[in-house]
Amino acid sequence: MSDYETVIGLEVHVELATASKLFCGCPNEFGVEPNTNVCPVCLGLPGSLPVLNEKAVEYALRVAEALHLHVPERSVFSRKNYFYPDMPKNYQTSQYDLPFAIDGFIEVDGARIGITRAHLEEDTGKTSHMGGAGRIHGADFSLVDYNRAGVPLLEIVSEPDIRSSDQAKRYVDELRLTLLAVGVSDVKMEEGSMRVDANVSVRPSGSPELGTRAEIKNLNSLRSLVRAIEYEGERQWALVQAGEPVVQETRHWDEASGRTISGRSKEEAHDYRYFPEPDLVPVAPTEEMRAHVRATMPELPAARRARYVREWSIKEEDARILVDVPGLGEYAERAIASLDGGGTAKDVVNWVRQDVLAYVNETGLSPAVLSPEMLAELVALVSAGTISRNQAKDVLDESLREEKWPRDIVEVKGLAQVSDESSLTSAIDAVLAANPGFLEEYRAADDKARKKKRGFIMGEVMKALQGQGNAQVLNRLLDDRLGS
Amino acid sequence: MHVARLARLALSDDEIASLTKELGAILDHAAQVSALDTHAVEPTAHPLPLVNVLRPDEARPGLARDEVLAAAPAAEDGRFRVPRILGEAP
Amino acid sequence: MRAGRRRARDVLEEHLARVEEREPRIHAFNLVLADAARAAADAVDASDDKGPLAGVPVALKDNMCTRGVPTTCSSRILEDWRPPYDATVVARVRAAGGVVIGKTNLDEFAMGSSTENSAFGPTRNPHDLGRVPGGSSGGSAAAVAARLAPLALGSDTGGSIRQPAALCGVVGVKPTYGAVSRYGLVAFASSLDQIGPFAESVDDAALFLDAIWDHDPCDSTSLAGARPSLDSGSDVRGLRIGVIDEMVTGDGIEPAVRAAVSAAADGLASAGAKVDTVSLPSTQYGISAYYLIAPAEASSNLARYDGVRYGLRVDADDVALMNAATRDAGFGAEVKRRIMLGTYALSAGYYDAFYGQAQRVRTLIIRDFARAYERFDALLAPTSPTVAFEIGSKTADPLAMYLCDVCTVPVNLTGQPGMSVPFGASDGGLPIGVQVIAPALGEAVMFRVGRALEQLAPEAAPA
Repeated sequence: MSDYETVIGLEVHVELATASKLFCGCPNEFGVEPNTNVCPVCLGLPGSLPVLNEKAVEYALRVAEALHLHVPERSVFSRKNYFYPDMPKNYQTSQYDLPFAIDGFIEVDGARIGITRAHLEEDTGKTSHMGGAGRIHGADFSLVDYNRAGVPLLEIVSEPDIRSSDQAKRYVDELRLTLLAVGVSDVKMEEGSMRVDANVSVRPSGSPELGTRAEIKNLNSLRSLVRAIEYEGERQWALVQAGEPVVQETRHWDEASGRTISGRSKEEAHDYRYFPEPDLVPVAPTEEMRAHVRATMPELPAARRARYVREWSIKEEDARILVDVPGLGEYAERAIASLDGGGTAKDVVNWVRQDVLAYVNETGLSPAVLSPEMLAELVALVSAGTISRNQAKDVLDESLREEKWPRDIVEVKGLAQVSDESSLTSAIDAVLAANPGFLEEYRAADDKARKKKRGFIMGEVMKALQGQGNAQVLNRLLDDRLGS
Repeated sequence: MHVARLARLALSDDEIASLTKELGAILDHAAQVSALDTHAVEPTAHPLPLVNVLRPDEARPGLARDEVLAAAPAAEDGRFRVPRILGEAP
Repeated sequence: MRAGRRRARDVLEEHLARVEEREPRIHAFNLVLADAARAAADAVDASDDKGPLAGVPVALKDNMCTRGVPTTCSSRILEDWRPPYDATVVARVRAAGGVVIGKTNLDEFAMGSSTENSAFGPTRNPHDLGRVPGGSSGGSAAAVAARLAPLALGSDTGGSIRQPAALCGVVGVKPTYGAVSRYGLVAFASSLDQIGPFAESVDDAALFLDAIWDHDPCDSTSLAGARPSLDSGSDVRGLRIGVIDEMVTGDGIEPAVRAAVSAAADGLASAGAKVDTVSLPSTQYGISAYYLIAPAEASSNLARYDGVRYGLRVDADDVALMNAATRDAGFGAEVKRRIMLGTYALSAGYYDAFYGQAQRVRTLIIRDFARAYERFDALLAPTSPTVAFEIGSKTADPLAMYLCDVCTVPVNLTGQPGMSVPFGASDGGLPIGVQVIAPALGEAVMFRVGRALEQLAPEAAPA
């Protein structure tokens, strides 16, 4: 056990997947030509005024419901005042002292991580630094694109309840899955629709006191998050051990060097001069809005995992895979719903988490485009003994690739095992008829000889069935016939 | 002057001198508000008691980029051009 | 004109002729739009669909956005800016058949009470060219007073319509906050700004306000729902009218102004109203609260003028220096003063004592008025403590200038409507305005009292 503990709180910014921006009708799109989704409002032109997007409020309510947050009677937008060229008005309209939602939690691997608050705010534009290798320091000048300015963000702030880089990753994973499930964002870190800042401090293991924290920004992937937290924990603990103070500050993660770098500028400490935004009125979600959201809440990832384990008698880790891979659980559910007597849910899940998942990973296809009925048919074929498990692997592969029904593949290729008892009995009868006197010889023989004779006759029957006899059934029938 | 930095105003020494004097007098007058007992008085941010003014989530085209950039002091490559930025966004 | 008796083009030409003659001395306009106005007037004449303002020349305060037409706010920082859109109110004026004749001068970004804080030079009072027209909508008030336009729009944040109306001897109305859309009005202090009309008569002001009063989905603070009838006659019999004691007896109220309010009150009483005095003690703190709240909002509203997206830029080595140099060069002294004041009032450590306390005082003022309206239907007060003062007489003392707004700011802080009606003149023949104040959406009563005052007023001297 290490002699110190890292205390982590995360601030996650999520872009809400509305059709239009937070305060104007400009399209909310990623990756279009610069400055093509702009209007007087999101450019901050003189005289323009904001009007709040009702969908953003609904989405915020959905997140609040999913994260067990309390939504107060009213929340208020404020202006956060500071100058930066990516901000058209030089203030950000955000929620401050009266946020949209407070006091929630999310379960991560059985641990409850507190959520302090969630609030709505507008995104900023994007600056590109020209010259100086594209970095802010040493650049000659910068270019600004305001397409992103005004895109709705929900900032979700956790309590400092996280204790390791791995748990931080798991928290972000669980949050991602939850936000995807409630359908409010595409939560892609690589496209910036989910951005994470980490507040990190250290303390001696077992100490109840919080150390001085640093806020780590510029975390562009889960990998960066993990590395940055580990680096920062070690950096701070080294300071503590050397008797030096940890400075409360913003630090930027530098992926290339694998270090966090102090963001302290020579400028004065920021004084955002928050005050209530006079161009907007308070948001007071009505009982009707709340009821609508409650009535349309999907099953959340944690509940889904629990249901899979309970209803399908599968392992927790299998349930996790089904929930983690987008669409995989839904695919399994539909396949299981299509089972027609042959095979169990567990059989389906085994195929899904191995062969189907491998196929999905290989091709990059979404499970949503696959036909779960085909998998159900395959499971039934195996269960009925029509084909063996080994044969089934090839059949499934072909079924997925060619979009063919397993039964058709089996038929065309003549793969079907003969399991039908009367056919097998006829075959045995025919072989015995062709070998008169065999039964007497067999009965007279000792055990060792009997085994050999039995093997011979079994081989003959299989030969007659062209190798497609169901060995299991055949053995049983032969035993009956030979009277052993 | 801290306030001038926050307000992003490059004031001359003369301006700072006269502003300091004028603002002192104005603030002395404004400080009269503290004479009133406002214990347990809610602040009023807005004269209207409105809530929930919302618009439907419908996207519509914005302004033409050429028109937008034509108003800019400097533009390049479809974007607004600014001198180098010395610090990260807070 | 609506009856088709006069052609819009003829009316316009008359006004343009007067502009040509008088404008050089008065400087009411930043921009006269003669050609566009002629085209608009001809279009009205050619159309069968006559709106309520059909063919009437309308002057716009130059802080209202006009598509493709310079909108300067009388500031160097926006000197060459042409908005890519029309303000909602401008669209309403055009839709009603109004002919936009020009953009009028103002105190830079509407900050001032004399129109001397214009980057393009002061406007002069048509009644005495050595005196100010009041402000900040001094250009609009002067344009109506000098009959350069029969109607004009202003914006009123702390008295910027009513005070210049009083000083120029015309009618000026600040409607209930939210009555007229602010979309496209360049913001000064968002929770106080409201657009309203200037006219030569109360009826014209009512007609004009009726044409521009509308719910606007682009303005979150725009009122929806029932609106008062402005065609409310002039019968004040039985109306209970309170004369605001603090605003009549307060320091700095000129005797002539006090006498005019007193005469107006007597006149209303003789017309059948029940007139009494009413005390609104917290309104004495109106100026202090206003000069914290308005600059605070302004400091944030004006942060966008940074040399990045539009307007002036003064180049510098890095973006922060460029912002600061641009703002120093582009803003005038009064704008800088208010930005500094507002930034200070919001800054860490001072917020509670200044901005926060001012907001609480605002609540107290609202309560005072609410109590008054338990006993009264409308209130009477001076509009301006003085008649028009001489150009340059208050520019050296910002606080003295701020005190011009002592009778008007409480109305903005509470969101209620107020109007100034000409009522007599000083010994020197300078106009005096009397202010009528009514509860929010009480415009019907306000206009009724206004019309009565107009009928009771002594014959006014023409400008």
